[in-house]
Amino acid sequence: MRSTGLKTTFPKGLHYLSGNEAAAEGAIAAGCRFYAGYPITPSSEIMERMALRLSELRGVFIQMEDEISSICAVIGASWAGAKAMTATSGPGFSLMQESIGYAAFTETPCVIIDVQRAGPCTGQATKVGSGDIMQARWGSHGDYQVIALSPWSVQEMYDLTLRAFNLSERYRVPAMVMADEAVGHLRETIRIPEKIEIWDRKKEKGGAPFGTDEEDGVPPMPAFGEGERLLVTGSTHDAFGFRRTDDPEAHAKLVERINQKILKSTRVIVETEDYFLEDSDTALIAYGFTARTSLYVVKRLRKEGARVGLLRLKTLWPFPEEAVAELGRRVKRIFVPEMNQGQVAGEVKKYARCDVISLGQTNGEVIQPGTILEALTKI
Amino acid sequence: MEKYIRPGVKTTPFCPGCGHGILMNAILRAIDESKMDMKKMLFVSGIGCAAWIPSPHFNGDTLHTLHGRALAFATGAKLYNPDLCVMVISGDGDLSSIGGNHLIHAARRDIDFKVICANNLIYGMTGGQVASTTPKGSKTTTTVEGSPYRPFDLCKLVEAAGATYVARYAVTQPVALINSIKKALLHKGFSFIEVLSPCPTQFGRRNLLDRPEEMIQDLIRRCILQEEVRGLSEEEMAERIITGEFLTCQRSYRCV
Repeated sequence: MRSTGLKTTFPKGLHYLSGNEAAAEGAIAAGCRFYAGYPITPSSEIMERMALRLSELRGVFIQMEDEISSICAVIGASWAGAKAMTATSGPGFSLMQESIGYAAFTETPCVIIDVQRAGPCTGQATKVGSGDIMQARWGSHGDYQVIALSPWSVQEMYDLTLRAFNLSERYRVPAMVMADEAVGHLRETIRIPEKIEIWDRKKEKGGAPFGTDEEDGVPPMPAFGEGERLLVTGSTHDAFGFRRTDDPEAHAKLVERINQKILKSTRVIVETEDYFLEDSDTALIAYGFTARTSLYVVKRLRKEGARVGLLRLKTLWPFPEEAVAELGRRVKRIFVPEMNQGQVAGEVKKYARCDVISLGQTNGEVIQPGTILEALTKI
Repeated sequence: MEKYIRPGVKTTPFCPGCGHGILMNAILRAIDESKMDMKKMLFVSGIGCAAWIPSPHFNGDTLHTLHGRALAFATGAKLYNPDLCVMVISGDGDLSSIGGNHLIHAARRDIDFKVICANNLIYGMTGGQVASTTPKGSKTTTTVEGSPYRPFDLCKLVEAAGATYVARYAVTQPVALINSIKKALLHKGFSFIEVLSPCPTQFGRRNLLDRPEEMIQDLIRRCILQEEVRGLSEEEMAERIITGEFLTCQRSYRCV
């Protein structure tokens, strides 16, 4: 890959990039200086870009032996003080799940970009899908929370990767960017803003790294080598990291806190966008690349006088329950086009008290406007 | 004691007769004699009895990770902060079976790790199942008629993979073991010490070594220094375990 010739973060202004390249630049802008990964289509360009940029910026890049070791190295680096990231696609995302549970339970900030392809299994490696949405939420065993964002453009590959780092640092939680092949390989002009907001994990000398009485429940996080003599374990632990493997109260308290620290902050974390919903009786709920098609369809139907709108989910986890429930009270029916067999439609059905129609498609192609139009005009 | 043992730690969780206590002692003595700063030491371990040697006992930074993944976690921490002295302490099953791929790749990269593999020849914590290190013919809960397969020679494995300091000792050779750990602490590169540590609870009692002292006696009888091998007949070598320092080098050549 050609050198950017830059020893800094990407300069402000307009740039023509692919989604995967923009995600790497968003990570760099957020302060990411550690990347570990393993090649996999269609996410590899993120790793190649990070290899180049981290060498320019004197960060650390390593290509590991598999996706398991990649996410493990990311977690290890995070405890050494790094803002750290990996990127992958379906099969690699599956391999990472146990470690994502480790990161959630040890409250380790880290970012995982999943450029989704057509699954299950090896599926169609170069084709698009969004079948990993439920896996992002439930992929590891036990009860935990993660944050998952869904970009619909090259601009958002940059913006939401940056945001994933900020949220990950702020809440000490694994944050995922649930991209898809179409957005990852899309090329568009993006604007790098002049000023960006950066969050860093909080530190407190002698503070309990796994316990806090604060309302948002996020304890301070020192790094290895700072003299704190950290005790980090994936077993149930107390506020200072001592294993508590047979204490029911310790387990209940810890599991509750790592869930509540995210659930209590949904107002900060969850972002959605409304399009033409004020007077709509029919709505689309969409995310990722499919939201682009959905908006096109909505605009076209509006021209014909249809009262249809779009709710775009920028955050997938924690799920935007309030926005969906509120929409369900206002419209008669909600269509959910998505590149899986109704993973988000199922969530929508949980919260929206109206007709919910799943428009799932799993053929390795993006959903065409005609497909959505046809479903909508049947009404 | 408090310099090395984390305040609040009173006892170890190891079974009576387990060799891990001796190993723990040897590691801390080597650290003490090498005048290492515990604040700059990071101990990484996986899952299993041996993974509890540093966590929570050692009074430095400790990272108790997932089964098999200690070296992968350690890779991230060491690469981001090269000032850390990273010691990976884990069991044979953790490092060479579920974590075997990470072991050979960490060795290939010659990352400056001090790897102590506590080899008890069996899966101890889970109840005595066969391991990749269990000697052929040994009885375990999953090889009731004796293991039909050959075990790994871990030292040869990591040497072939690119390690630059390789040694094997048993906990019955404490002085040599401490000296070896001290060498590993000074060595720049991937150091690997396989430490034979008896597990009377899961291995011994199923293999005609009912009492802890019998296991110790057995190790003393079987362990032989590599210098003593010359001139011994095949019969005399049977069942022997060769110990010693097998490799110490700084690798300057290229593999390809």
